Amino acid sequence: MRIIVCLKQVPDTNEVRINQETGTLIRDGVPSIMNPDDKNALEAALRFKDEFGAELTAVSMGPPQAKDVLKEAMAMGADEGVLISDRAFGGSDTWATATIIAAAIEKIGNYDIVFCGRQAIDGDTAQVGPEIAEFLNIPQVTYVKNAKFEGDKLEVVRYTEYGEYVFEVATPVLLTAIKELNDPRYPTIKGINEAYGDKGEEKIRVFGIGDLVVDSTQIGLKGSPTNVYKSFVPVKNKVSEIIDGNNSKDKANTLVMKLSELNLI
Amino acid sequence: MDFNFSKSEEVIQKVAREFAEKEVAPLAEEIDREGRYPFETFDKMVKCGFTGIAVPVEYGGSGGDDITKIIVISEIAKKCGATAAILSIHAVFVQTVLKFGSEEQKQKYLPLVTSGGKKTAFALTEPNAGSDAATVKTTAVLEGDEYVLNGTKCFITGGNVADYVVVFASTDPSKGVKGLSAIIVPTSTPGFSVGKIENKMGIRASQTAEIIFDNCRVPKKNLVGKEGQGFKIAMIGLDGARIGVAAQALGLAEGALEESVSYMKERVQFGKPIAALQGLQWYIAEMATKIECARWMIYRAAYLKISGQPFTKEAAMAKLNASETASFVTNRALQIHGGYGYMKDYPLERMVRDAKITEIYEGTSEIHKVVISRAVLG
Repeated sequence: MRIIVCLKQVPDTNEVRINQETGTLIRDGVPSIMNPDDKNALEAALRFKDEFGAELTAVSMGPPQAKDVLKEAMAMGADEGVLISDRAFGGSDTWATATIIAAAIEKIGNYDIVFCGRQAIDGDTAQVGPEIAEFLNIPQVTYVKNAKFEGDKLEVVRYTEYGEYVFEVATPVLLTAIKELNDPRYPTIKGINEAYGDKGEEKIRVFGIGDLVVDSTQIGLKGSPTNVYKSFVPVKNKVSEIIDGNNSKDKANTLVMKLSELNLI
Repeated sequence: MDFNFSKSEEVIQKVAREFAEKEVAPLAEEIDREGRYPFETFDKMVKCGFTGIAVPVEYGGSGGDDITKIIVISEIAKKCGATAAILSIHAVFVQTVLKFGSEEQKQKYLPLVTSGGKKTAFALTEPNAGSDAATVKTTAVLEGDEYVLNGTKCFITGGNVADYVVVFASTDPSKGVKGLSAIIVPTSTPGFSVGKIENKMGIRASQTAEIIFDNCRVPKKNLVGKEGQGFKIAMIGLDGARIGVAAQALGLAEGALEESVSYMKERVQFGKPIAALQGLQWYIAEMATKIECARWMIYRAAYLKISGQPFTKEAAMAKLNASETASFVTNRALQIHGGYGYMKDYPLERMVRDAKITEIYEGTSEIHKVVISRAVLG
């Protein structure tokens, strides 16, 4: 069994501030972390590895420093890493990113499960996982809360606000993980020493544009159908109003009227 | 000269810090109040490989060295002195077997105590033999292929939860310290029992017990090193242990400083945060300076040990200084917190109690001054 886990390096949004003028994140001095939902995906994959001895490849697209999340994944137990990195990939939106990652997964080949996080805390689109599945032309289950093998069959629980779905799915399949899926383990001391030493470096392959079969019109800033028109911080206006009335009943009626005018009830 | 951590060490520090915040801190108050051994935390430390630090991977260890050990113990001590003590003392057994054990002993015990979840203790102290190891009364008499142990050890950290204890017993009482030998005793051996569990001032969760040997028979092959080497093994074990206790003291001091800094920025008196008061600013300056001094003395002692140079004097100095720093800083931190610091709702009073032991165990401050002055005067 081979499992590919897609990981994104993101700024720790707990520590991020926003430039009020440009509406963009101030990334200077902000630590980078493994996207939290992706860590749940990795943990689920590691549990399959513990149980069935699956081969686990961690994949990340990003600048050279994104190697750090691959090393973190290896310190937790992933067998190898693939960094997808090229200037030509810069500025990619979710469509272009999924195009590139799908091409990298095709190149790795022979996979049974592709595990992604539900969404990244810096973009919150939740699009890349599903798009990868479409480009790979494989089934997908999103918002996965539980995944286990029953014999040869993979049983997956999809969690939504309306209820839960239980699916039996064929592999290869792409799953997107939510935090309810598990509680990710810590990297081990031994894992850290190996992953961040020379051994770890040797276990990371780097895929550039020359290594992948991709349509160059579909990638990078130019190949991205999404264009950010403007980004801004929503202005929060607080207006208070004290409701007058002869008695509590009148006041309550006025309150109900006002709330219903605002479509709040 | 390079004072920087390697990339691995930086990551280990980050992971240990996260572990301390998420797994250790939430339990610290409860296990102190109840004097309860944190079995669940020990198991989590095993999974992270904290119990296998400075043991080669081929024996089930995590690799790394004393620098790694200092990083992890001090990060944990920032949140709980008792949990750090458990880890620090576990390492003494582990390092004793690694350094003096036979190949067979290393292959048998090290995987069990590094990654296998087994707990350990180091049993030297007796009611009448504390700093003076020559008065050890516990005996180990060779009968056929077995040593028969008789005697009582006291103040043994983890003595009541350990699976294996390295016991220092006299195999030849006529020779004093030269008659001492180190023997591994599985606590499942008939004749081993646990006596009084101490009610301590601090590090209450690292339970401290009296252990009793009553015709306790263990195979001769459990002897570590040779007969008569016990004193040397104990002293070398304690040299290394000093670095662990110093790291525990460092972490307590760092934790108390962090608590003080955040409290001083939040607590408002006379219309401004108390961080604006110069009297308290000077406290912080003194605390931070002493911590800086303690930190680098510990790392230097570890560096000497790792690079195979003599380190007894430096480890003694580092332990003496770090433990006094821990007491100074935690007391100052409590003072900064005023009345709140004296209450159990805040961790400061616990930190003061936890810090005190670092001036006493694994050699008192006074014994360390003996060691240091001997080294200086010759």
